[in-house]
Amino acid sequence: MTTHYLVLSALLFAIGAVGVLVRRNAIVVFMCVELMLNACNLAFVTFARQHGNLDGQIIAFFVMVVAAAEVVVGLAIIVTIFRTRRSASVDDANLLKY
Amino acid sequence: MGETITFWVLAVVSVSAALGLVLSRRAVYCALMLGVVMLSLAVLYAVQDAPFLAAVQIVVYTGAVMMLFLFVLMLVGVDSSDSLVETIKGQRFWAIVAGAGFAVLLGLAVGNAVLSPPAGLLGATQTAGGNVPALAQLIFTRHVFAFEVASALLITAALAAMVLTHRERLTEKPTQRALARARFLTGGSVVLPGPGVYARHNANDMPALLPDGSVSELSVNRVIARHDVEDERFPDDPKLAEAIKQAVEEESK
Repeated sequence: MTTHYLVLSALLFAIGAVGVLVRRNAIVVFMCVELMLNACNLAFVTFARQHGNLDGQIIAFFVMVVAAAEVVVGLAIIVTIFRTRRSASVDDANLLKY
Repeated sequence: MGETITFWVLAVVSVSAALGLVLSRRAVYCALMLGVVMLSLAVLYAVQDAPFLAAVQIVVYTGAVMMLFLFVLMLVGVDSSDSLVETIKGQRFWAIVAGAGFAVLLGLAVGNAVLSPPAGLLGATQTAGGNVPALAQLIFTRHVFAFEVASALLITAALAAMVLTHRERLTEKPTQRALARARFLTGGSVVLPGPGVYARHNANDMPALLPDGSVSELSVNRVIARHDVEDERFPDDPKLAEAIKQAVEEESK
């Protein structure tokens, strides 16, 4: 059963990675990052049960805390960029190019 | 047996919701899909002897994080859709190839590993008397430093969000008089008609009539007008029908 969970987690992670690469809307890109973090958490919880050790669940807990902080700051940045550039597209924020 | 059924149902649900998240054009649908994935993962945690994490997943992710996403979507504009122009040539194709390759690689690596049946968490949680006390024991002893740092991180993040989204007022706040003056000088519509004012119907899709009898396009909800044009549902009055069509055309320009 462990293998099943790990494959599901890998699949979700890959889908999230493709979303980050393909999507243009910064908010949707952010959601895909969240999906990848969730997939990692699933792997952590699965390994915790596999090894009979609670450390995996602790790490998943800390990942959730960091993800919450990351979402807050990231969305604040997106709102700020949207205010100045009137766009939430990642292609439009290219001032640092070259 | 129960776990197998739960797993397969939730695996199908979460993978299709994740695909929906990547493929859906509208950002609100993406958010809903992400919510589905998070809820099904919460159930998978509960099945895997992690009841505390399942609760935290629902409270923190589907509660707080998704709410934040929806709020920001509301601020940024719900209909800010993706542009379909590729800035890097062939990026979409190669991204999908790389993603599929990554999934196959990880899947094969995991599938080839020979794993003993899971040890289960009974031994780890039994001495403390349950999952939550066992986790608390670990967090407040061995990981207490990380725990404190996490609290500092959360405070910093909250402050950062306030600093980043705070807007300093550079000009004086416009008075009502100044606003009225600006409106009259630009010569635009002096007063926005309320919906249904002067109209012969009080239905939402009926445009209001201005005092001179002409139709006010501003009073038509553009979403409803677009639906009306797509379904070819027009009012009997040719003047009103023309106005609705014009409103939609102007919007699509």
